[in-house]
Amino acid sequence: MRYLPLTDTDRQEMLAKCGASSVDDLFVDVPEVARLDGPIHDLPMHASEMAVERHMKALAGKNLAAENTPFFLGAGAYRHHIPASVDTVISRGEFLTAYTPYQPEIAQGTLQMLFEFQSQVARLYGCAVANASLYDGSTACWEAVAMATRVTKRNRAVLSGSLHPHYAQVVKTMAQFTGDEIADAQPAITTEPDTDGLTARIDENTACVVVQYPDILGRLTDLSKVADAAHAKGALLVVVNTEPVALGAIKSPGELGADIVVGEGQALGVGLQFGGPYLGLFAVRNPKHVRQMPGRLCGETVDAEGKRGFVLTLSTREQHIRREKATSNICTNSGLCALAFTTHMTLLGEKGLRQLAAENHRLACLAADRLEKVPGVSLLNTAFFNEFTLMLEGKPAREIVRDLADRGVLGGVSLGRLYPGVEALEHALLVAVTETTTEEDIETLANELEAVLELEPAQ
Amino acid sequence: MPRYFTDEHEWIDVEDDSATVGITDYAQEQLGDIVFVELPEVGTALDKGGDAAVVESVKAASDVYAPITGEVTEGNTMLEDEPALVNSSPEEDGWFFRMSIADASELEGLMDEAGYKEFVDGL
Amino acid sequence: MNAPNKSGWKPTMEVADATGDMVTTTGNRALMLEEPLIFEIGKAETTGVDLPEVDETAPNRLSGLDRAQPIGLVGLTEPETVRHYTRLSRQNYGIDLGFFPLGSCTMKHNPRLNEKMARLPGFADIHPLAPQSSVQGALEVIDQLATWLKTLTGMPAVAMSPKAGAHGELCGILAIRAAHTAAGNPREVVLVPESAHGTNPATAAFAGYKVDNIPATPEGRVDVEALKARLGPDVAAVMITNPNTCGLFEKDFREIADAVHEAGGYVYCDGANFNAIVGRVRPGDLGVDAMHINLHKTFSTPHGGGGPGSGPVVFSEALAPFAPLPYVEKDEAGEFHIIEEEHTDEDHHTFGRMTAFHGQMGMFTRALTYMLSHGADGLKQVAEDAVLNANYILRSLEDILHAPFADSGPCMHEALFGDKDFGGGLTTLDLAKGLIDEGYHPMTVYFPLVVHGAMLVEPTETESKASIDQFITAFRHVTSRALDGDEALKQAPYFAPRRRLDETAAARKPKLAWVDLEEEPQA
Repeated sequence: MRYLPLTDTDRQEMLAKCGASSVDDLFVDVPEVARLDGPIHDLPMHASEMAVERHMKALAGKNLAAENTPFFLGAGAYRHHIPASVDTVISRGEFLTAYTPYQPEIAQGTLQMLFEFQSQVARLYGCAVANASLYDGSTACWEAVAMATRVTKRNRAVLSGSLHPHYAQVVKTMAQFTGDEIADAQPAITTEPDTDGLTARIDENTACVVVQYPDILGRLTDLSKVADAAHAKGALLVVVNTEPVALGAIKSPGELGADIVVGEGQALGVGLQFGGPYLGLFAVRNPKHVRQMPGRLCGETVDAEGKRGFVLTLSTREQHIRREKATSNICTNSGLCALAFTTHMTLLGEKGLRQLAAENHRLACLAADRLEKVPGVSLLNTAFFNEFTLMLEGKPAREIVRDLADRGVLGGVSLGRLYPGVEALEHALLVAVTETTTEEDIETLANELEAVLELEPAQ
Repeated sequence: MPRYFTDEHEWIDVEDDSATVGITDYAQEQLGDIVFVELPEVGTALDKGGDAAVVESVKAASDVYAPITGEVTEGNTMLEDEPALVNSSPEEDGWFFRMSIADASELEGLMDEAGYKEFVDGL
Repeated sequence: MNAPNKSGWKPTMEVADATGDMVTTTGNRALMLEEPLIFEIGKAETTGVDLPEVDETAPNRLSGLDRAQPIGLVGLTEPETVRHYTRLSRQNYGIDLGFFPLGSCTMKHNPRLNEKMARLPGFADIHPLAPQSSVQGALEVIDQLATWLKTLTGMPAVAMSPKAGAHGELCGILAIRAAHTAAGNPREVVLVPESAHGTNPATAAFAGYKVDNIPATPEGRVDVEALKARLGPDVAAVMITNPNTCGLFEKDFREIADAVHEAGGYVYCDGANFNAIVGRVRPGDLGVDAMHINLHKTFSTPHGGGGPGSGPVVFSEALAPFAPLPYVEKDEAGEFHIIEEEHTDEDHHTFGRMTAFHGQMGMFTRALTYMLSHGADGLKQVAEDAVLNANYILRSLEDILHAPFADSGPCMHEALFGDKDFGGGLTTLDLAKGLIDEGYHPMTVYFPLVVHGAMLVEPTETESKASIDQFITAFRHVTSRALDGDEALKQAPYFAPRRRLDETAAARKPKLAWVDLEEEPQA
């Protein structure tokens, strides 16, 4: 077997050293009931690299890759061009095959990278401190709610109806078990989010208000009013961002008064990957809140010779020391995805990120204008960054998405998929446009949408 | 001013109806370099034996328990910027918090200096 | 917060070497190259991508939220970027570079075929909410991997979405809590052995349970009698790692499981060490109700400097109905469907959703590639070689280094040692740092907590005998230095990119982000 270096001679010599006549002697502590008589049945035997590659390629071939089709999906996962050097960097064995940097003298590469990553995320979010990443945006969202309950010693979270429904579900799932009270709502189909309705739900027991920016319908609104309303009641504002590229064009959540900013970092460097692994971003505006943060933190220090170096720090918050009193049970982070993100960010820089954001917005404006002209289609948003909501006449949008897929166009995410069974939302289609979208793609979507809608005229 | 000790390695100074609490020299030596002290907020009601503060080194976090019942009246804000005071002056400048004394009879069960020394020697 | 580097040392300053006589003007030493932070070498106006200039007059639908202030980012061109990260990478130790016997973490070789397959556009470039007809191959990967996991563990169901081991633990405990709640009472306590990973008690507490510790016997296993005595109607579950963190098989596991079931509780098995028994023992035969599997340990997906992981959870019949959303089902026509809507019937009482999408697809493709490569026969050999290598190390060191459980029978995939008899006040940490100078990544230190100065050595199956023999020689050498109280060990490592780092200073005045002293402070 190509991954196993021991030879049979080695095995015999080593067994002898262990006083064992066969390898079975090393498994004597396994009880009789659990001993097997040979390789597990019903599974294939080993295979060559070529054979495995053939098998996996056949499976991959059954999927329609985004690169091969006009593609407009978003709703929490965005397709952006990843510079070739990102993959070169994350493929370096010293990064790929390293572990959590518990021995800092021989892990300065990972540690310095994480320090740079934390600095970039903090700046992007308008915060003081970011951690070294969590699993993804949705779990980061729950961690933010849990942290807010620790900071405020209150147990009620108010979720905006325009928060990604999967994120809201993750929060509600966890809250069932912790006993925290979660007030949520569904998005209303309005051109602008109902900020007044949201702030009216904040009370003296509210630990935090959770809003998404841009929101699930792609809408943009000034959150400083929500921040003021939350702070007036002693609550924290948690802002969720699922598209970091947007922050190259719009004000940072920290600037608008967010106390905790969390998000999905997948859009930069990581790729779509059918939903994972992704990259949870987590930052706080007030440095005093650092000791209530979940996850790993990398900090600067000096070595015994006075040279600058980096270490994991404030570890007493974490499960391996604090056990049942830890701020989170999290252990693994998304180290390699953080490396991809930070490499992409370094290639972009201030200038590149602003250009990338501007290009996304330019194409999104073009697409919105063109698609709005399709008969039976109207644009909901007055404001958006690179994603907006179309209202479609006729069949539910979920069926239209399937019809478009049959015609080789991945036309967007239907709200019917995100909110199954909610009739008020079933005619809404979310369309995301990035720098990877061509003007030709937009034209194709407009034409195919028109064709599909004509086939099924409004009743 | 009488000073009492607990078997959880806290000391408590009593002056009239107020008490000052800290950890002993033996405790700070066991903990090593102190990097952070989490103090109770003023006004917190403490129960004898309940969690009162947390003291952290790089690799460990230890709870500090209330030696008696009462209410926190003051925290040592010096420790926020200089947690190392707990190492350099555990039984003076490195005090943790002051509290009221709800029931003076609770002090009777605590050790005096000689008793604590004997207790530590036996560890 | 954020006090600047007080030493004033910068990566471009000249330094003396350890003996103090040889100085370079750059701070570099041949192939040992210093690298500044990107913030010290990058510029706001530099970029490594070619994008159109921003047209300030272009239409704008941002409703006045345009960013007016600088973000504070810097950029590098592509050559500078590649060099920056390449130089950083060379300050890291990885499996590709050498032996990495980090106990409990399973640092085995990461086959490159896995990487190649995960990068196929058909897997890497598909959207989690794409119409299901366009991602049938991805759903089939999930289904095939699920079949492998169920068959290898002898368990009837598996939840694929948990993002890592600790997330999987949470999934298992939440299912247990949901099952108890459905039966009328969530119960209050989870029992955890004192040798457990820290994630176990943290998970139980996060799920709203109180944690009670169960002691270990002198031979390093769970104290069955103490555990049985603690069982009662308040106990929701026990969480036991098997093989355990002392590297031993819990031979009374079945007896424990039966007792727990009799008391109405569930058995959670921490599957972090499944790599020791994969293909040889099925946890389902031991009475397990839920167990997470770290794909990055047993099934060779890369650790990536701390993640991403992937932690599918296998379930018994009793817990299967409570599994989280979403999951994949195959219909009679052979088509795969993602079930992501909540519906409750006899077989479905899902406790909800744990993460936005379907789990770590990029890890699924790697793990399935690995399983297909090894096959059922190869995986059995994986476990056997891993266990043989660990026992060989145990028997080659036990004469010189304290091995507290050497008489408790063969170890499994890892060997545990303690720091008894070290001279001159030397500790496990000193020995670990001495191994760094010998060119090794140290073993896991100070875990499990049940052994003083614990050293947990896990060689894995992907080391050759020659590699292990060389490690044993080095380990014996550093151990003799520790036993002799060699003062010089206290300052080790000498030859790493950095000497020992001041963790106390880092924690007292945390500096967690770059601060440019010349930059305008942000409002």
